[in-house]
Amino acid sequence: MDTATAAASVPEADARREAIRVEDLHKSFGNLEVLKGVSLTARQGDVVAIIGGSGSGKSTMLRCINFLETPSSGRIVIGGEEVAMRGDGSPANQKQIERIRTKLAMVFQQFNLWTHRTLLENVIEVPVHVLKVPKSDAVARARQLLERVGLGGKEETYPAYLSGGQQQRAAIARALAVDPSAMLFDEPTSALDPELVGEVLTVIRDLAAEGRTMLLVTHEMKFAREVANHVVYLYQGRIEEQGPPAEVFGNPQSDRLKQFLSSVA
Amino acid sequence: MTGLKELMQPHRIAMMLVFAALVIWCAVSLRWDWIPQYAPLALEGLWATIWILAVSTFLGFLLAVPLGLAQAVGPWYLSIPARTFCTIIRGTPLLLQIWLLYYGLGSLFPQFPWIRSSELWPYLRQAWPYAVLALTLSYAGYEGEVMRGAFSGVAKGQLEAAKSFGMPRFTMFRRIWLPQAVRNVLPTLGGETILQLKATPLVATITVVEIYAVSSRVRADTFIVYEPLLLLALVYMAIAGVIALVFRRLERG
Repeated sequence: MDTATAAASVPEADARREAIRVEDLHKSFGNLEVLKGVSLTARQGDVVAIIGGSGSGKSTMLRCINFLETPSSGRIVIGGEEVAMRGDGSPANQKQIERIRTKLAMVFQQFNLWTHRTLLENVIEVPVHVLKVPKSDAVARARQLLERVGLGGKEETYPAYLSGGQQQRAAIARALAVDPSAMLFDEPTSALDPELVGEVLTVIRDLAAEGRTMLLVTHEMKFAREVANHVVYLYQGRIEEQGPPAEVFGNPQSDRLKQFLSSVA
Repeated sequence: MTGLKELMQPHRIAMMLVFAALVIWCAVSLRWDWIPQYAPLALEGLWATIWILAVSTFLGFLLAVPLGLAQAVGPWYLSIPARTFCTIIRGTPLLLQIWLLYYGLGSLFPQFPWIRSSELWPYLRQAWPYAVLALTLSYAGYEGEVMRGAFSGVAKGQLEAAKSFGMPRFTMFRRIWLPQAVRNVLPTLGGETILQLKATPLVATITVVEIYAVSSRVRADTFIVYEPLLLLALVYMAIAGVIALVFRRLERG
């Protein structure tokens, strides 16, 4: 009886399309090996939280997925399509990597909204100038998205006039505007004042609830436990432990993870 | 209202009266009777000054963008020539550059029959192409250096965001990098354009008739020294004022 349900549930889990697969990813900066062979699969609808101490390689891993960092070796497969790599790890086909990047929207720690454009212009920039969506459509959609992240009425404001929390929510709207197949969050709340963290987490929580595929590098353990369905703990460039949040947080196996969790709690 | 009130301070009123007296004195007791005779020439000269300034700053800026880019992020075989060019232009007097081009290059050309018989010869035998070329290269040299700093100064995250959304490199350059770089150095470019204006009289030395050359002509013809120079100063101040206004508008927009 038990084996039957287990067997039945496995193909069901596998039936969801694979969104991001990372295989044996290595990355060195000079002599310093930051990633020492990381493998990870995220299926559609997965929310994968990546946790770990500073210098554990979590941001580097995320940035290797869309080739903002050039991996030293390994394979990156996005939506079933493997990114062609040269011997040095750089993308071999500029057109391919640009096309793949348009499906992976990134949200940065420092927001990185374009400072010379208003919020609305920030949100329509990629749809209009990269994806070639008609401008009126892009504007209508951008207004909806800004409304959705609680920034209705701020369309004509420049990023510099907004709080960090507002900027990060606008950055999330910008990411949603490209209709991404997966979203990469690189410590989205680490640069925020404590009282502004909540508003950004609320937006991310909503996105997780609607079944968006997300990779989330975060220091917010409570939040990771709440929204993620898979948690990866990185230690010195390797995956030390991973699993469902209840297990990783509730019943950590390795001493390092126990130590880490007690240090951030 | 407050502006007017502030203006009406006793010391300010005194200064304004002194200035008004000076203007009236200039108008009444100096000689201006030469103006009607030289007005058409002066207009021609003014036009020459303006178009030479406009063309040389425009073309110079177009050159400065690749010069700055090459120095900021280019491979060595682009950055070294660009840096060398900027160093030479910035390290030598503009007057020397103008003379080298006009008396040097300009006197070499006639020795080649195929140049003399070419379509370009009617232009190459005149002085203004050398003037425009020299001023263009000069502006490019100075602004190439300015743009180097401007391109390097754009925050890395701004470009990374563009890259992360799959923006092609040229789109990123056109939509994000260049506008941010230019915006950051607009005040500098405004100042440099005014300097460029004040460099234009040098082209009078190679027979280009611009506004400074006209004032010299008046002096040579009539032996009136002071009045044309005063008027000339006013004209340059007016043009500089317009340039400053244009750049202030650009900075805001």
